[in-house]
Amino acid sequence: MSNIFCSSIGKKLIMSLSGLFLVIFLLLHVSINVTALFSQNAYNAACRFMDTNILIQVMVPVLALGFAVHILFSLIITVKNQKARPVKYSVSSKTETSSWAAKNMFVIGVIVLCFLGLHLTHFWAKMQLQHFIGGHGEDNPYALVYTLFGEWYYCVLYVVWIAALYFHISHGFWSAFQTLGINNSKWIPRLQIIAKIYAILVALAFISIPLYFILGLGEPPK
Amino acid sequence: MKFKLKIWRQKNAKAKGQFESFSIENISSDTSFLEMLDILNNRLISEGKEPIAFDHDCREGICGMCSLYINGRAHGPDDDVTTCQLHMRKFRDGDTITIEPWRSAAFPVIRDLAVNRYAFDQILQAGGFVSVNTGGVPDGNAVPIAKPDADEAMDAAACIGCGACVATCKNGSAMLFVAARVSSLAKLPQGRVEATGRAKAMVAKMDELGFGGCTNTQACEAECPKAISISHIARLNREFLCAKLQD
Ligand code: HEM
Ligand code: SF4
Ligand code: FES
Repeated sequence: MSNIFCSSIGKKLIMSLSGLFLVIFLLLHVSINVTALFSQNAYNAACRFMDTNILIQVMVPVLALGFAVHILFSLIITVKNQKARPVKYSVSSKTETSSWAAKNMFVIGVIVLCFLGLHLTHFWAKMQLQHFIGGHGEDNPYALVYTLFGEWYYCVLYVVWIAALYFHISHGFWSAFQTLGINNSKWIPRLQIIAKIYAILVALAFISIPLYFILGLGEPPK
Repeated sequence: MKFKLKIWRQKNAKAKGQFESFSIENISSDTSFLEMLDILNNRLISEGKEPIAFDHDCREGICGMCSLYINGRAHGPDDDVTTCQLHMRKFRDGDTITIEPWRSAAFPVIRDLAVNRYAFDQILQAGGFVSVNTGGVPDGNAVPIAKPDADEAMDAAACIGCGACVATCKNGSAMLFVAARVSSLAKLPQGRVEATGRAKAMVAKMDELGFGGCTNTQACEAECPKAISISHIARLNREFLCAKLQD
């Protein structure tokens, strides 16, 4: 194990493991969200579960750590990589050699992070955080969703955010397997397709919720 | 054919370079790119001007000495060829062609378009030796090697060490080069003996010399004149991580 994390590949190991952890977290998060499409009661029950389940309580700090590590190492890696290419070319070819997402992972990550801050203050700080600090959580989380997604500007912001997330994952998902060395010439194209499918499904599921509310399909909060 | 050339001129590693424009006429479409530069250099010499420095040696696509970033692509617009194998018929009459040296912190410019790729030699040296038994010539069939393994090793061994992967990579990463060298030996029983040590030593050298890390953009694979696959990078990651976890 000696000084593995000093090496470029060791640092990428951390990026890939923390990234895959976040990928799994998203799956849980989106499944909770879509309960809002079923009914007010279902969504509020799901939120109560997230606020009280012991496993979830343990995982919240781990998740925060996962984010912190992922972001910290993304900075370290990006700075080192920028230094390795100090002079830019004056002409860049129009021929597509790599995907837009692959080239802009850091910028996309920062976009995800900005909206994440907004999202945390609007939802999480009023819901789950209150249970940690002994405050009073939102009595009807559904009502909160209903009001915020009733605003078109908030829906637009949300969709932009999820679009950035889509690009991040459509590259990150397969890239993580490549970094771990679990890949070969057969599986590179396969994992790229799986990554696209995963990213599309997760993005559509997230976006379906603001769409549902802005179209006025939500139940009026009790 | 005639062309307008915008060529990077730089006196030495420390000097500040700039582009210089040239016009060139009466070029046959069957002229190779380097022959076109030879014609230009002959003209410059006869005019008493300094010729343009660029790297080349075999001019048959096997030595890896030629380089050049032509109109935004390493080794120019043709796929899977080196600059010496590129011909002017790949351009349109009257085109403006911008020629830049490889850009990477680990490959400093020596003069004009020539860059110092000694860092690659240092990585190879760090890789060390391959153990072979001395004695009589061994029987060619004495060591059985499965066909898929032999094929993959040969594909990786096709790397000519040109540095197009580093030049193309937005991170100036040498991972494709290192992966090709590690794979070509690790896939064969003879090279397997020192494979783990080799992976660790070459990666450590690569990091030390100022190359960036791999973010799996696949640009290297697209521009490598020998079409080396990034599946070799996955193998390098595997070799390196397994070796480190065993330490
Ligand atoms: C839920 C949110 C996120 C998920 C699911 C996620 C997932 C991933 C995954 C799976 C990778 C691939 C790792 C690899 O190539 O080995 C990755 C790479 C990356 N992530 Fe994230 N990420 C998230 C948020 C962020 C944030 C907030 C930032 C930063 C500001 C960020 C910055 C990066 C960068 C720069 C890379 C590229 C690293 C490289 O290729 O070397 N990510 N991400
Ligand atoms: S991997 Fe390809 S691009 Fe890189 S040095 Fe070898 S031949 Fe050149
Ligand atoms: S000069 Fe030898 S490969 Fe081009």
